[in-house]
Amino acid sequence: MSFTVQRATLASRIGAAVAIPLLIALATLPWWGESSWMRTFVEFACLLTLAQMWNLLAGYGGVVSIGQQAFLGLGAYALFVLADHAGVNPFLCVPIAGVIAALIALPTSKVVFRLRGGYFAVGTWVVAEVYRLLIANASFLGGGSGKSLAAVRPFSKSVRESVTFWMALAAVVSAIGLTYLLLRARHGLALTAIRDSERAAASQGIDVDATKLWVYLASAGGSGVAGALYYLNTVRVSPDAAFNVGWTAYIIFIVVIGGIGTIEGPILGTLIFFLLRETLADYGSVYLIVLGAVAVLVMVRFPRGLWGYVQQRFDLRFFPVQRRVRLDAPAGDAPQ
Amino acid sequence: MSGWLDTIIQGVLLGGLYALFAMGLSLIFGVMRLVNIAHGDLIVLAAYLALVVVNATGLNPLAALAICVPAMFLIGYVLQRGLLNFTLGGDILPPLLVTFGLSIIIQNALLQGFSADPRALRLGGFETESFHLGAGIAVGYLPLLVLGVAIALAFALELLFARIPLGRAFRATSDDPEAAQLMGVNDRHVYGLAMGIALGIVAVAAVFYGIRTTFAPTDGPDRLLFAFEAVIIGGLGSFWGTLAGGIVLGVAQTVGFRLDPGWGVLTGHLAFLVVLLFRPTGLFPRTRG
Repeated sequence: MSFTVQRATLASRIGAAVAIPLLIALATLPWWGESSWMRTFVEFACLLTLAQMWNLLAGYGGVVSIGQQAFLGLGAYALFVLADHAGVNPFLCVPIAGVIAALIALPTSKVVFRLRGGYFAVGTWVVAEVYRLLIANASFLGGGSGKSLAAVRPFSKSVRESVTFWMALAAVVSAIGLTYLLLRARHGLALTAIRDSERAAASQGIDVDATKLWVYLASAGGSGVAGALYYLNTVRVSPDAAFNVGWTAYIIFIVVIGGIGTIEGPILGTLIFFLLRETLADYGSVYLIVLGAVAVLVMVRFPRGLWGYVQQRFDLRFFPVQRRVRLDAPAGDAPQ
Repeated sequence: MSGWLDTIIQGVLLGGLYALFAMGLSLIFGVMRLVNIAHGDLIVLAAYLALVVVNATGLNPLAALAICVPAMFLIGYVLQRGLLNFTLGGDILPPLLVTFGLSIIIQNALLQGFSADPRALRLGGFETESFHLGAGIAVGYLPLLVLGVAIALAFALELLFARIPLGRAFRATSDDPEAAQLMGVNDRHVYGLAMGIALGIVAVAAVFYGIRTTFAPTDGPDRLLFAFEAVIIGGLGSFWGTLAGGIVLGVAQTVGFRLDPGWGVLTGHLAFLVVLLFRPTGLFPRTRG
């Protein structure tokens, strides 16, 4: 009996055909767009990158952290220290910030992985607080009131904004692209197997601890890049802002409302988050109450989120990571 | 030398308050392994509830407990049966996310209703009175009372788990919810009661917290972290352990604060991480996982 393994869908082919020209058009934004659009896009890209990283960690790896603001903040401060104190080009600092965040995540993992499940989640939050307090107590980093990025002053406003914009676009495209490639590879299968049952995954020969560690480090690195980009965009950082647990709250709401465990979900979630924010911006805390209530409702009633519902209903997948076996045998020759 | 002794005594007393924060969390960890991210915000909510009751009735805050404890018990029972029970099961994400959402909702609702200004509960001077131990060490009556209440609660909860039929149902459901159901235990009701009792304890903790220091709508997360650290330092499943964990955390914080006023909370967190590294099951563990 012959068969083929189908990995692409019609939607994924059409999606790619539409998305690639769109992305190229978007990349030309600095020549025709306004600078406020670029700033908003950078914010959007950072949030989507963070959401995608958290989704990889929790939605595929089953590692639920509420301390990802640790790596966002460390990435941001890595940028400020390297650019202002070591004289490194601030744009070059962004990828380095990601590497530094991932490096710090390694010893961090040794402590937090001693806790399991929900206890792990709160443990990651404690660690984020430790980093926040350490930086708030370091006077050369501006202490609690933070500091401004002096290293960008030699660059003109348009150069700074355009380069930041392109880097943000590159970051978000690679976050989505690399997650997609990772999940389609052997390691993606291992990750989803771990999420579904650690014990069963281990019995199939998957090194559960090593896989979880890798995904934790990768997610930390991606969050570090997003943090550096976000604060390169705002040119000012403070520990309370960069290490705020509110970041993780937003990210989790985005992923859960959009659809956890799908690549499309965080994209949809971030779009909804921005639309809601623009329309309800004047209501301040009411907006957060609504967001929290929607997330609670979705989790209890539609745990697969909006995109999970779409997938179930219409079998629509722009980023197919599953394998489908199609039999080549002629009709009537029933498979055994 | 007596300066350090004083620091440690004050730390132990502060630990009494942290143990109070942690008792309710320890109870729900023990019964349904629910990690309630909104625990700290529920403490702050209970403090505001006490403030409203005090302002409306003119009662002394401790007398207001007669209203606040049953009210919080009811909120806990309804919250568990109406919402949190639907999140329990194999997956760890739903309970975390739903209580995280609740935390954001409570914080912002309190901001909306009471503004960001810090508030406090007053006890007519008792909160500042103290007696001298000699060597320049003064012990406040209120912190001593708080520590006493924490010890009494640890004792009562241990007794409840060991000797009372409800405690037996708690332990049975905790060990194996399905087997307990077969024995006629209604696990959903048991979880409701556990959350009710936990929030009743939260009301007690909240009133003492409100008398000892000021409180504001966004103070919840820190209370949660302190409570969580106390439970993990002490070891899951033991209320005496939770009491000890609170005291370790309180001492670590006051020692850090004495070294540098910016370090208080930080050294508390570091003590927690050190315990995690060298004794991941806590100081007095009883249950597994």
